[in-house]
Amino acid sequence: MSPARVAAGANPLRDSRDKRLPRIAGPCSMVLFGVTGDLARKKLMPAIYDLANRGLLPPGFSLVGFARRDWADQDFGKIVYESVRERARTPFREEVWRTLSEGVRFVPGSFDDDASFDLLAQVVAELDEQRGTGGNHAFYLSIPPSAFATVCQQLERSGLSTHQQGSWRRVVIEKPFGHDLTSARELNAIVEGVFPPDSVFRIDHYLGKETVQNLLALRFANQMFEPVWNANYVDHVQITMAEDIGIGGRAGYYDGIGAARDVIQNHLLQLMALTAMEEPVSFDAQGLRAEKEKVLSAVRLPADLAAGTARGQYAAGWQGGEEVGGYLDEDGVASGSRTETYAAVRLDVDTRRWAGVPFYLRTGKRLGKRVTEIAVMFKKAPHLPFTHTATEELGQNAIVIRVQPDEGVTLRFGAKVPGAQMEVRDVTMDFGYGRAFTESSPEAYERLILDMLLGEPPLFPRHEEVELSWQILDPIEKFWEKKGKAPEQYAAGGWGPKSADEMMRRDGREWRLP
Amino acid sequence: MIVDLPSTTTADVAKKLVRLREDTGSMALSRVLTLLVVVDESDADAAIETANRASRQHPCRIIVVVAGNKRGTPRLDAQIRLGGDAGASEVVVLRLYGKLADHGRAVVTPLLLADSPIVAWWPTHGPARPSADPIGEMAQRRITDAAQSSQAPRTVLRRLSEGHADGDTDLAWSRITLWRGLLAAALDQPPYEQVTSVTVVAATDSPSGDLLAGWLAVRLKCAVVIARARNRSGIISVRLERASGTIDLVRPLDGNTATLSQPGQPVRTLALPHRTDAECLADELRRLDPDEVYEDALVTGLRKCTVSRQTATEAIRAGRVPSVAEAERTATRLRKAARASASSQMVEAMPMPGKADDAVAVRQAAAKQLAEVKERRS
Repeated sequence: MSPARVAAGANPLRDSRDKRLPRIAGPCSMVLFGVTGDLARKKLMPAIYDLANRGLLPPGFSLVGFARRDWADQDFGKIVYESVRERARTPFREEVWRTLSEGVRFVPGSFDDDASFDLLAQVVAELDEQRGTGGNHAFYLSIPPSAFATVCQQLERSGLSTHQQGSWRRVVIEKPFGHDLTSARELNAIVEGVFPPDSVFRIDHYLGKETVQNLLALRFANQMFEPVWNANYVDHVQITMAEDIGIGGRAGYYDGIGAARDVIQNHLLQLMALTAMEEPVSFDAQGLRAEKEKVLSAVRLPADLAAGTARGQYAAGWQGGEEVGGYLDEDGVASGSRTETYAAVRLDVDTRRWAGVPFYLRTGKRLGKRVTEIAVMFKKAPHLPFTHTATEELGQNAIVIRVQPDEGVTLRFGAKVPGAQMEVRDVTMDFGYGRAFTESSPEAYERLILDMLLGEPPLFPRHEEVELSWQILDPIEKFWEKKGKAPEQYAAGGWGPKSADEMMRRDGREWRLP
Repeated sequence: MIVDLPSTTTADVAKKLVRLREDTGSMALSRVLTLLVVVDESDADAAIETANRASRQHPCRIIVVVAGNKRGTPRLDAQIRLGGDAGASEVVVLRLYGKLADHGRAVVTPLLLADSPIVAWWPTHGPARPSADPIGEMAQRRITDAAQSSQAPRTVLRRLSEGHADGDTDLAWSRITLWRGLLAAALDQPPYEQVTSVTVVAATDSPSGDLLAGWLAVRLKCAVVIARARNRSGIISVRLERASGTIDLVRPLDGNTATLSQPGQPVRTLALPHRTDAECLADELRRLDPDEVYEDALVTGLRKCTVSRQTATEAIRAGRVPSVAEAERTATRLRKAARASASSQMVEAMPMPGKADDAVAVRQAAAKQLAEVKERRS
């Protein structure tokens, strides 16, 4: 009996039938830039603890914080601890915390200071020696894009971006990936000038959500949906991402960017691509990206952009039970700002599957409630063997994928109202993710950070996708700019400007009430 | 809500379930499976508690079959628990008396969820052949617990392996998932060398240790030796021998922190908590297909392992297995060396660090630390 062969990629302890065996990332550390930001505090650090608690982080995993603060390791440990106690999804375990905290380091520094990056390089090298992180380090840039160039140059200068044989260096960047095609290309040139393309992980946290991945299962693992998922049966598709909050304190970022660049360019176009794409040949990164890129490249804008788009800006009003101010009254917003807080566009996909089926995308702040959903609206039955009065209350059949909150799927169809008369009315059938599966499904960031550490790219958009989505959005932004009109005001707490409703009415349709 | 139905029939129980569901709205929708728990009166409460906690991940209908006194007239006492008393599930406890006690299957049949998988779980004293048991026969998945038996674990495992059928699984197997994950992850990294021999140190009363050894024997195709430690100590260490040296994974007694050492690399500590029964059960409910890897470990692997004549203490002295005391010392030393490491109590007591972001001060701090670290590393 000779022992089983062991080689790179051939591990005898792994077996495709062994579905229990967790994929634990190899030895590594994560360097977090922007630890004082909201994202780091509310999402990233809790996600790292949750991963550790689930036993998915490697032994010796280390977390290095980098910020412009005169802190020691313990101080950063305190920051991590507080954010974990406040936000972590999984229960607090003393031994998990102790083990995690052994690997916590802090580097005080500013982006333009060579010494702080030299210090970072030393700290990272020391981690390799002391904790066996094996030269594998991920740099999470939770910082404004304007600082990317400096940080990337610094990482290159200090030798942090170059890896030894058999180890890796990866960089994670968050949206926005530029504010138009040109700037996206510039940004990409900066990042990919330092890190090879397959080491750059762009996070669109929507793609880490269980429901979004479930969309793929719903479409491609079932027999009953795909046959009707085309222009023969589908009338149109509505993709909505509504927020009930205003811009809060983010005026500096938001003003001048607006809803379309902030949300449509990344989240909504990604959701649309997943809804509209053909079946990928496999679920690896290459297969998925190829199909998404095909769909995005087949997108056609409305010929008349004035009729096919709508934009608005929230005015003062009553949001739920609270009186709220308008966008122009927010702190830090330029007076007379033309930044839109609501955007809706009609897009067509020029493929055989979707010919004549418009996709309506809308997003806004200070709308009726916080909801993200994809609604596939079906055509009415070609013939109804009922009297007109019997089906008066029957609407269109629909499949609604609820992305958040209350993740799940709703089917809407007609059913007979009990009673002596024949009367058909819309009813819904609900699948609640939380009711059928785990009470708390993993946070999107948990999944994405783990995938990044494992080096599995399927859930991360590639630069080509980013470029394609800017190609879709740029003409619309240019048109809005050229028109030079201020966005239409809409009352906070409602469902957006009148022009958006008119845009639908012109097509003989109306927005769903999500 | 707890509803007691003394001296009842299954038809009444089913009717009451529907009625309760209508009264309380949609709470019983989306049940994904029926979990049948077969248990003695003395272990019933603990089992229900565990099942409830596991059901938070997998909402299910839990039917607990408690066989009572077999003498006397046949009688069925039922109890329905819903809402706050039942976690994310609905629990039906059926107590069977007299001759009825032998006919659990007939009693649960009308209460099974339509068109959903059935899982049977014996928290204690599982049957010798789960798939031949009347209740086990109708389940897609049969979960036993070799650690909870009046017989020696080795005997229980042998019996289970003789009677194994697709869909059988054991909580002793799910308890070692993290160990398996860590060992597999260790072999994912270079140097890629064959493992020539393995030694597992585990308690005599730990079936998990035997299953881990069995799994390693099947997968690595090399000699696997089990050294016995004293009872109630669980799995203590695994040593994988390779040409370049050994990979040692050691979890000191009663500890939840383990150390992993490999040649040419610093020793690493990791949290390796003991998994609760609820976690393990939830894990079992996640997948309802046959677990071939478990079958291999149980049926093929166990036979390939040899039990060492040396006890764990002797083996440690002989240097054949990693020393637990040393692992403990290393863990303590590493903990001390890490400046940010502190118990939650200590961190709790610390003040929040200041928010001042004075560029000059930060620059000075960076320069100072850089000088320090350079000196430390030179």
